[in-house]
Amino acid sequence: MYSVHEESPAVLTTDVFFLYLLPPIVLDAGYFMPTRLFFENCGTVLWFSVVGTLWNSIGIGISLFGICQIEAFGIQDINLQENLLFGTIISTVDPVAVLAVFEEININEQLYIVVFGESLYNDAITVALYSLFKYISQMDQVDSIDIFLGTADFFVVGFGGIMFGLLFGFVAAFTTRFTANTRELEPVFVFMYSYLAYLLAELFSLSSIMAIVTCALTMKYYVEENVSQRSCTTIRHFLKMWSSVSETLIFFFLGVTTVTSKHEWNWAYIGFTLIFCIVWRGLGVLVLAQIINNFRTIPFTFKDQFSMAYGGLRGAICFSLAFLLPDTFPRRNLFTTAAVAVIIFTVFIQGITIRPLIDYLNVRRTNRKLMTINVEIHSRAMEHTIAGIEDLCGQWSHYYWKDKFKKINDRFLRKVLIKDNRPQSSIVSLYKKLELQNALVLLDSNGGISGAPSLTSLQEQKPTKRETFLPEEVWSMQELLSKNMYKIRERTLTYTRHSLPNETRTKEILLRRHSTIRKSMRKAGTWQTPAAAKYYSLPPTVQNLQPRLRLRKYSLTGDDDGDDDIASEINFPPARPRLQLRAKEPRRALQPPRNKLETVNEVRTDSRRTPMVDYENRGGSAMSENSKGRGTGTKRALTPMRQFGLFNEQGLKNKEKEDQMEMEEFRQEALLAAISEKDANIALLELSSSKKKKTQDEVTSLKREKDRLVQQLKQQTQNRMKLMADNYEDDHLKSHSDQTNHKPSPDQIIPPLLDLNQNRSKLKLYIGHLTALCQDRDPKILQGIAPPTSYHHDDRAAWEEELQKMSLEQLEAELEKCEKESAELQEYANTVLQQIADHCPDILEQVVNALEESS
Amino acid sequence: MFTGVYNFIYFLISLTVSHSQITRLYSRFTSLDKGENGTLCREDFQRIPELAINPLGDRIINTFFPEGEDQVNFRGFMRTLAHFRPIDDHEKNKDPNVSEPLNSRNNKLLFAFRLYDLDKDDKISRDELLQVLRMMVGVNISDDQLGSIADRTIQEADQDGDSCISFTEFIKVNFYTSP
Repeated sequence: MYSVHEESPAVLTTDVFFLYLLPPIVLDAGYFMPTRLFFENCGTVLWFSVVGTLWNSIGIGISLFGICQIEAFGIQDINLQENLLFGTIISTVDPVAVLAVFEEININEQLYIVVFGESLYNDAITVALYSLFKYISQMDQVDSIDIFLGTADFFVVGFGGIMFGLLFGFVAAFTTRFTANTRELEPVFVFMYSYLAYLLAELFSLSSIMAIVTCALTMKYYVEENVSQRSCTTIRHFLKMWSSVSETLIFFFLGVTTVTSKHEWNWAYIGFTLIFCIVWRGLGVLVLAQIINNFRTIPFTFKDQFSMAYGGLRGAICFSLAFLLPDTFPRRNLFTTAAVAVIIFTVFIQGITIRPLIDYLNVRRTNRKLMTINVEIHSRAMEHTIAGIEDLCGQWSHYYWKDKFKKINDRFLRKVLIKDNRPQSSIVSLYKKLELQNALVLLDSNGGISGAPSLTSLQEQKPTKRETFLPEEVWSMQELLSKNMYKIRERTLTYTRHSLPNETRTKEILLRRHSTIRKSMRKAGTWQTPAAAKYYSLPPTVQNLQPRLRLRKYSLTGDDDGDDDIASEINFPPARPRLQLRAKEPRRALQPPRNKLETVNEVRTDSRRTPMVDYENRGGSAMSENSKGRGTGTKRALTPMRQFGLFNEQGLKNKEKEDQMEMEEFRQEALLAAISEKDANIALLELSSSKKKKTQDEVTSLKREKDRLVQQLKQQTQNRMKLMADNYEDDHLKSHSDQTNHKPSPDQIIPPLLDLNQNRSKLKLYIGHLTALCQDRDPKILQGIAPPTSYHHDDRAAWEEELQKMSLEQLEAELEKCEKESAELQEYANTVLQQIADHCPDILEQVVNALEESS
Repeated sequence: MFTGVYNFIYFLISLTVSHSQITRLYSRFTSLDKGENGTLCREDFQRIPELAINPLGDRIINTFFPEGEDQVNFRGFMRTLAHFRPIDDHEKNKDPNVSEPLNSRNNKLLFAFRLYDLDKDDKISRDELLQVLRMMVGVNISDDQLGSIADRTIQEADQDGDSCISFTEFIKVNFYTSP
């Protein structure tokens, strides 16, 4: 090209750069800026970007001016203003490569956000400084008043830009409130308003970068809640693509310029520029970090500081600003050449070496060869723990303002800007929404989602002890582990500069955590003392269960065959192989339900049997309800062991009751698993969005199956509750008839009571979220179902105090009451869930939405 | 309302944590305390978003709650956190008569050990290890693989042949880690 035209094909002009190339880059940065993290680190980020940039610009400018005074270099004609201008240009950092490295090695989050935020805001500040110095450097005479005005102007420009950004951000959010009927236009509004903010700020000669960044930052939160899922995806992808294209173009210009345009090479000037860049950045980080460390809970270590200083790569903006100096500018070519040299040096040399350097600095990584599997696992666990504790400490204390803002936001902003006032969603509500989403993910994961089922299945197949492991095996295990263990702060990945947020990991962890919560809801607090667990929770391991099941075998007369079936039924949910689905293959996607139908039938037959087996139990318990004396008699009749007369009857009976409880519990879980499986199938079919009749038929049949299961579950729950009540009645009775034997002391009752209460409050929370979700969607769903009375009163602390004072009888009464309430609540929750499943299966979309927001 | 308590706690903890850290942590504590009754419950912890997606989040939260309790006051909060204070250089060669501070290497390891040891028998059994592993790895590892990893892990660390990892064994295998 060059040989043909004999002139440079590079056509980067000021207009093209500032109007078309820069806005997408900064818009992208602003839009994907992790808001919360950024505001938590706001002080540090601003400190480094504002003061750091000033420090670098002025430092480099003045020292270069000093170099220019040396006659031997022949650059005496460059005056102070020009040097300062150049200093400003060269101090824009664009640590793309560094951020990529940071992401890869999962550097700590605060360092990441500081480097990221610095690079973002420093663009804005540099551009403002640039225009200031450009203006000054074109003046012949500079008075001190000019400098003062310039500085004042700098701040006015900055804050003006922020104001514009805020204004347009809110307007954009407000507009998207009304776009429910024109979904296609939603993305356009986002781009239009940000660009408008940019142009208008430019028009009023305010900082346009500040304006567009603030605009994006402001509107993101509200817009994403207002727009549909698809628009949201469009916005994100388009923004990413746009900014990547812009950056590529700039680098393209850079390359072309390096080769073609005229250069003025001055060893001294360029060499010293490079040296000063490194020295001033290093010094700046060192000094600024010392100062800011006094205000941070977790200070920057020396390593952090080094990474920050070394990560000062120069990039696209730096080049553009140098290249866009007016042609009339003296020594323009020298500046361009110096900028290109610095960029190439930093990007290639520093960018390439930063990875090994950080690796080398990181002591843990140096003795990698010595790592055993133990070390690998434990150190990762430790990292997780430390990360968790750091998060817990909150690290930075802007809570006051954060809380203030949250209040204002909840009270006013959200009401105005967001379509419908759904209650503030927290991570807890996310859990609740996940409850529904759970079904979806069952399909993605080929293992089981929750740790629990797979664990139980693991425990069942007793480990065949292997004496030795071959070295290759160990090696492959390590490979496997290091690839698959969750990295700490996986969240850093959610805002990389060149890739879209990827939330699968977060989802996974959330789901897993969620399932543990569910578990703990079902069996109130396994971590509690065993005494408390005794009443209504599973034994911690399945091994414990085996002998008990055996025992049960004796206690159930004449049903020896059935026992194996029961056992298989118990093993059923965990051991059941999960089918691997790929949504992309519709044929396969359609097939699983059919396979699953079989498993479902299995459940159904099992559960058909369940009431039968139950009948005996219930017969026993019902009778004991009617006439307590006879009730126990019946139970004894069911217990052939009594004939041996060797066992303490009372103890045996307790044992038996526990077994019954366990059985009930297991049945319930089996049913729950079956129901969620159903949900998963339905969701999959509905999501595959094929409108074929066949699919729909399948959906309806599945729904019918599910309904049946839900019915069974309800019955099961009732049975269990009855059994529980029965047990306590028995205990009660026993305490009267047999004062010496096993009289439950208040201490024994209080912990289960507390547990029950915890369970109850969890249920309440859960119901609250479900109902909120319903209200949100369609208040009609909840018509005709009222929450049980116990849902409304909640005064935990007082209640607990009261407990301490109560007498035994009162305690027992309270226990019964609690149980009844729990049962009611559970019933209610089931009803609501059912309603949701019946009326608005499309709520699943919302759930997915919520997931994406949460990141 | 808490000033008295606060001063007392400050006095207690000033031995291990610096003043500014306490002030900051106290403000964090109060901001976490949604019930505003001077104690934190599990839900308060679970509300922290980062902690909610931490694979070991539940375990970490549990460390704040001693056996059977579901409330933790500021003192208990700080006591657990004190494990994580970095070891200062000048502290390392301190008078050995003073009882071991909470942030000593051994105590840190003990803290980590307790994350695994659910049933508090001072041993990490295969099941306990598996549970933690399950939480930490993605869905891509099959149960069999995980099982053999756990076997291998125990085999590697186990010295007295009881198929469990005791605390002494735990310290030995973690010789190279930097808690």
